[in-house]
Amino acid sequence: MTSSAHALADVLAAEGGGEGGFESPTIAEFYPPAVAEFSVLGVDFEITRITIIMWIATAAILTLLVLAARKASVVPGKLQYIGESGYSLVRDGMARDVIGPKGLPFAPFLASLFFFILANNFMSIVPLAQISPNSKFAIPLVLAVIVWVLYNYIGIKEQGAARYFKDAAIPPGVPAAALILVTPIELLQVFVIRPFTLAVRLFANLFAGHMLLVVFSLGAVYLLTAGGIFPLFGVASFTMALLMTFFELLVIVLQAYVFTVLTATYLNGAVEPAH
Amino acid sequence: MSILAAESANPLLPPVGEIIIGTITFAIAFFVLGKFVWPRFEQVFRARREAIEGGIERAETMQAEAKAALERYQAQLAEARTEAAQIRDQARAEGQQILEELRVQAQQESARIVARGEEQLATSRQQVVNELRGQIGQLAVELAGRVVGESLEDQARRSGTVDRFLDQLDGMAGVSPDGRGGATGSSVYVQGDR
Repeated sequence: MTSSAHALADVLAAEGGGEGGFESPTIAEFYPPAVAEFSVLGVDFEITRITIIMWIATAAILTLLVLAARKASVVPGKLQYIGESGYSLVRDGMARDVIGPKGLPFAPFLASLFFFILANNFMSIVPLAQISPNSKFAIPLVLAVIVWVLYNYIGIKEQGAARYFKDAAIPPGVPAAALILVTPIELLQVFVIRPFTLAVRLFANLFAGHMLLVVFSLGAVYLLTAGGIFPLFGVASFTMALLMTFFELLVIVLQAYVFTVLTATYLNGAVEPAH
Repeated sequence: MSILAAESANPLLPPVGEIIIGTITFAIAFFVLGKFVWPRFEQVFRARREAIEGGIERAETMQAEAKAALERYQAQLAEARTEAAQIRDQARAEGQQILEELRVQAQQESARIVARGEEQLATSRQQVVNELRGQIGQLAVELAGRVVGESLEDQARRSGTVDRFLDQLDGMAGVSPDGRGGATGSSVYVQGDR
């Protein structure tokens, strides 16, 4: 049962209870009941629908890409061409062009990031799933933390710890008087704001996208069954749900791209000393 | 029940279990892709680049070969042209030389012929002169004898004698042709007198 259908059941139940009125979807959308629960070393693990969706998405993208690469030849087949195009987009467009000459070693990481996010984002419009694991904060946070650790590690490794932290705190070319303001902002930016915004941007887009879809879908169902002239608005609501699905497709690709490009930008800052 | 679970939930504070599951999932994806997918793609890119570069290299080699062949042919052509010009010049020179030689030869020949003719002419003239000298002396003696023998006063007789002598001379010239000089010479002589 999809979460929307689940919510719909709730709505219908509410109506059946004679309460009446439209019950808007809540944050409960993102907390489906656990399929399995266990505890390891005091940490509670909860396997939910969304966890399974994440595994399916990851398994699907891995299968597709492995199939695309398995029989890779100089003259590509259709699947190989699609896989290659995606990899080239990240490898040439981001690793090489954004990070620079030292960027190519990061291409595998960036491409993995891109395809992982893309596949998981995509689940937000796949029928029956219709919720993205990235609309749970955990996944974007994990990815952002990995990126944060990576670019700081690369910065220290490439420039030396002293140089890296000095450049981060005292950007060159800033008048000494302005440093009182600039230094805290810069430090906060590099070490706190960057990973936080990276994670929140992805999470919030998918979260909001899902909420919009649910509101319009549930609204359509509710209005179509409401009687009077409401079914007319129901049709409008249904149309909006369709439109928002296409909009969501745009968000899916764009957010995967943005996350990866920003990662490349941060890595660029780490690889090359500030001017 | 889901609503109950959600009541206390803050979407920005994910449970630790979720974070760990997410990390593991991404790690698996990262390693699988890094092991089975990206290296294959890189390999294909390299193969493709090499194929293209190889093609370019081959094309360049062929172009260089074609250029060399063209240069060779042009050099050969130029050589042949120079050779032809040389042969032509030589032939012309040879022709001129032959012409010159022929002219010289012809001149020599004609000079020789002229010289021989002159020589022959001189010889025959000498002969004629010698012969004539002998005959004229004889004739003169004969004529003088006759003139002296007949009366000088007798005009008619005298003229008769002269006429007879001249007729005799004519007859002599017709009867006795002298060896070289030929009949023509004497006939011309006779005709001229008539």
